[in-house]
Amino acid sequence: MTKTGLLTAAIAMIATGALAQDDNQLIINGETEMITEAPAPDYISGLKTIYSGWRFRDASLQQMQSDDFENPAVIAVDRATEMWSTVEGTADKSCASCHENLEADMKGVRAVYPKWNEKAGELRTLATQINKCRTDNMGAEEWKYTGAEMTGMEALISIQSRGMPVNVAIDGPVADIWKHGEEMYYTRYGQLELSCASCHEQNADNYIRADHLSQGQINGFPAFRLKDDGLVQVQNRFKGCIRDTRAETFNPGSAEFDALELYVASRGNGLSVEGPSVRP
Amino acid sequence: MADNVKPKVRVPKTAAAGDTITLKTLISHPMESGQRKDDAGNLIPRSIINRFTADFNGQNVIDVTMEPAISTNPYFEFETLVPEAGTFTFTWYDDDGSVYTESQDIAIG
Repeated sequence: MTKTGLLTAAIAMIATGALAQDDNQLIINGETEMITEAPAPDYISGLKTIYSGWRFRDASLQQMQSDDFENPAVIAVDRATEMWSTVEGTADKSCASCHENLEADMKGVRAVYPKWNEKAGELRTLATQINKCRTDNMGAEEWKYTGAEMTGMEALISIQSRGMPVNVAIDGPVADIWKHGEEMYYTRYGQLELSCASCHEQNADNYIRADHLSQGQINGFPAFRLKDDGLVQVQNRFKGCIRDTRAETFNPGSAEFDALELYVASRGNGLSVEGPSVRP
Repeated sequence: MADNVKPKVRVPKTAAAGDTITLKTLISHPMESGQRKDDAGNLIPRSIINRFTADFNGQNVIDVTMEPAISTNPYFEFETLVPEAGTFTFTWYDDDGSVYTESQDIAIG
């Protein structure tokens, strides 16, 4: 092949699809290496490779997330750190009363939630677990499921697992719930008749008007969204997505969203826990 | 009175004499503009950081007058020349009279 021929071939390749998500590597604070690309788990038939949403964002946003000084979510993490040892409720306890060592005790927690709670016999998301801790152990009031205290605390807990691969269990007692979540993922909702898969599986990497569609991975939640100027709870994001299909949405904290969260989290098994991430 | 005000700075630990370095500063602050109204229709009084300064060994590096249109959690990134080892002192002046300071040493090497 001539030199020109090679060049043409290269250009053709770029034009036909290499414009996918970029190849950038996410390293936080110059030390924590993140897995933003992994082979898709075998129970996901529609995808070969899974990518973190970070890979679909533009350079300035990627930079923002790779340095904790620039990541606007870190302010919320600082506040949650203070909250961690703030005594509240009738039992005269704080989070730190039971979990003395925040870093060691919370390491790996985010990676395995939502998780089956044997004692209670129910699936618990991280937010549900935080609220159960507050009501049952501290005698304090529940936080609003999608409120700022909750997302801040989720961010603080997530950051302890940063870089560890997501590894939620989908078998055993949660198998039926997971199945329900999968069914929801492929169900078309609303007047626009869109399922999660319509955008995030069949059209990931395409544009929906001006927005670059990602695979809808939730390994980066809670995510700091610049348009909301705050942390967004994952089920609040689900609600936004379903609302955009012009459907009546489920409520954050409902059994439906818990099932969907479990299923969507399992689609990211193998990617690093990135929370709190930065998104547009 | 603004709650949860916390300054943060990032200064390199070392630099070569005569080097230009990048400094990053951030202070968490609501920066209430004084233009907004609460649910009852009453004006929320202005409460902002109105001045920010950075000094190196007593010599002024930057002095900024800040206005109400500046967003929450003001972030400044700027460059400065480091002639010798010493201490950077950063100062934020709040409308309510509070003064927040943060300082960091830099070594030559």
